[in-house]
Amino acid sequence: MLSLIVILPFFSALLMAIVYLGNTKEKRYFFYTLIGVGTPAVSTILSFMVGNTLLDGSATIHHTLFQWISVGDFNIEVAFMADRLSVVMISFITFIGTLIHIYAAGYIKEDESYGKFFSYFNLFMGSMLLLVLADNPIMMFVGWELVGLSSYLLIGFYHQESSNITAANKAFILNRVGDFGFIMAISILFISLEGTGFTFDSIQENIGMIDPDRLSLIGILLFVGAMGKSAQIPLYVWLPDAMAGPTPVSALIHAATMVTAGVYMVARYSFLYELIPDVGIFIATIGAASALFAAVIASYQSDIKKILAYSTMSQLGYMFIAVGLGAYSSGIFHVFTHAFFKALLFMGAGAVIIALHHEQNIFKMGGLKKELKLVYITMFIATLAISGIPPFAGFFSKDAILVTAFASEHYIIWGVGSLTAMLTAFYMFRLFFTVFHAEPTETKKVHAVPNSMTTPLVVLAFGSATAGFLGVNEAYGGSSWFNTFLALPDAPLHLSHAKEYMLGGLNVLLGLLGMWLAYQLFAKDMREVQEDKIYKKVIINKFYIDEIYTFLIVKPLLFLSNFIAKVMDPKIFDGLINLNVWTYTKSAVLFAKLQNGKVRYYALYILVGVSAMSYYMLFKLGVVS
Amino acid sequence: MTPELFFLLASVLFSIGLVGLVSRRNLFVLYMSIELMLSSVNLLLATFSKVLGDASGSVIALLMIAVIAAEAALFLAMIVHIYRKNRTVDSDTFNKLREEVENA
Repeated sequence: MLSLIVILPFFSALLMAIVYLGNTKEKRYFFYTLIGVGTPAVSTILSFMVGNTLLDGSATIHHTLFQWISVGDFNIEVAFMADRLSVVMISFITFIGTLIHIYAAGYIKEDESYGKFFSYFNLFMGSMLLLVLADNPIMMFVGWELVGLSSYLLIGFYHQESSNITAANKAFILNRVGDFGFIMAISILFISLEGTGFTFDSIQENIGMIDPDRLSLIGILLFVGAMGKSAQIPLYVWLPDAMAGPTPVSALIHAATMVTAGVYMVARYSFLYELIPDVGIFIATIGAASALFAAVIASYQSDIKKILAYSTMSQLGYMFIAVGLGAYSSGIFHVFTHAFFKALLFMGAGAVIIALHHEQNIFKMGGLKKELKLVYITMFIATLAISGIPPFAGFFSKDAILVTAFASEHYIIWGVGSLTAMLTAFYMFRLFFTVFHAEPTETKKVHAVPNSMTTPLVVLAFGSATAGFLGVNEAYGGSSWFNTFLALPDAPLHLSHAKEYMLGGLNVLLGLLGMWLAYQLFAKDMREVQEDKIYKKVIINKFYIDEIYTFLIVKPLLFLSNFIAKVMDPKIFDGLINLNVWTYTKSAVLFAKLQNGKVRYYALYILVGVSAMSYYMLFKLGVVS
Repeated sequence: MTPELFFLLASVLFSIGLVGLVSRRNLFVLYMSIELMLSSVNLLLATFSKVLGDASGSVIALLMIAVIAAEAALFLAMIVHIYRKNRTVDSDTFNKLREEVENA
């Protein structure tokens, strides 16, 4: 059953790919929808069944398919492991994934490559589930690479435009930088374990035999992998560009699931990170910096999907604050709630984009609350959730993270987190008010949004509103059921309830402040941000980070490549080899002339040779004394 | 009679044969040069045989004269055959072993 969850999406992806390649022109709408949406649905049911078994209190489920590699100590099995952490992950991945598949069936309906899209989409589902259910780091790495591949394929789905291909390449290459860290980390980990087994269970048992310095190195390198996949400073620049893909892709891959793989990985290696708290603080700092940085940029963007992309990066920053400070379950809890409301936001944005004939600039929308009532209501719930207004999901998870930061006495991280919470409310409501409330600048014809696109919105809105109750902590009258169920090695917290109420209240106040600011500025009449002041110019241009990377890395690399290709290779290396060839040819011609076929010349050579030998014998060997 | 004169004669004969072999092109002349060199060697053998008082040198010289006679028959026959085939006895025309060198 466990392996079926992973294998089914791969199988259906393969099936659809074969059928699609058989005849790319034929629509086969029914077939692709049935297979493409049906498979994730089956996976969802299976995941819930596995989850149910674990809920009953049974131990971690292991399932081995076959032995993959066996070289000496190096034994890698294709095996799956469902512990509490991975069960939570697969449950919401398959559930939200299925909803987004249904949504995509409406969104992508008119596209010619309908079958190709669902083939890629199912491939992604399979890869993500493989990543989450992997029993050893190698299998996890395989899943890790496969999600990168499917992300690349889907970002470049509209491949007719070259800028989309550039974005796909950018995502792939930046992820490669992160993967380098990942593969280095697991290699060092394997060597350090000296062949005591390489599944997560056995690593956890033998983690004590590695000295702390090396453990820190492994931890940092693993986090480099997470930086790439989860779009943290400095490897985040691919995420905003990844919005070139279709909106369901942005919702599923670049908001709800794949980008959270980094957080999942840190939580998966929590037994390792709890031994190296210094690295954890480094992770939390990077997370806080990314959260604030992305929130500032998001406040000045005008492309609806870019705003959401930066908001994703900002929320991922929160998750890294949590896992960095040892609150692994809070981090995963935020992954869980974030998946609901961020998928909802993206899908709402997609519905708006479809309704307005692929318009993405929020300042050209305005006043859509009447035409798109359902989208308006669901987006409102999601916006409240992400802004941390109780009782919606985001409040509980975000509050848990900020409480952790406060309780662990990292006040700077806490302060940055709180500031970001306010900015989050500001930029999300800025988007919301601009799109739905503000007076439209021009009247426009609104496209009808199909039911298959709105139904998932309602389900997710329900999730965004209620998912938070799973993890209500003691201060709010809950029992932290979610955290208890996960059973991760969380750092203990010591904070009085009064302080928790205070922090929670502060968060709500900050959220409301951001909301009020956005209302004042954008609800009545909106004006597109102008580059009139220098600081605005810098922020609108995303702090020129892309340009800086181009200048620091791309340009020197291109220069070096050009130098090697145009100067070093043809002039120096080819020159040396050609000189060699020339010398051989010339000397060969010289010697060939000696062999002219005339017998008397040969006689002369013999004479010369015999004379030389005689001379040598007579005067050098001293035959004549 | 001192043996030095014989050595000198043998050396002169051999040198004349060698120079003839290298500088002339007529096959007959080449053949004669070779014969001259062989004779000089024979002379040397006979001389040493006499000087050292050992008969085996003379015996080898006699044997060689017989071999040279046989060789002469073979050689002349070959030259006649070559002449019939190519209508020339110029050794430089027989250069099929030459290496073709293109202009590089």
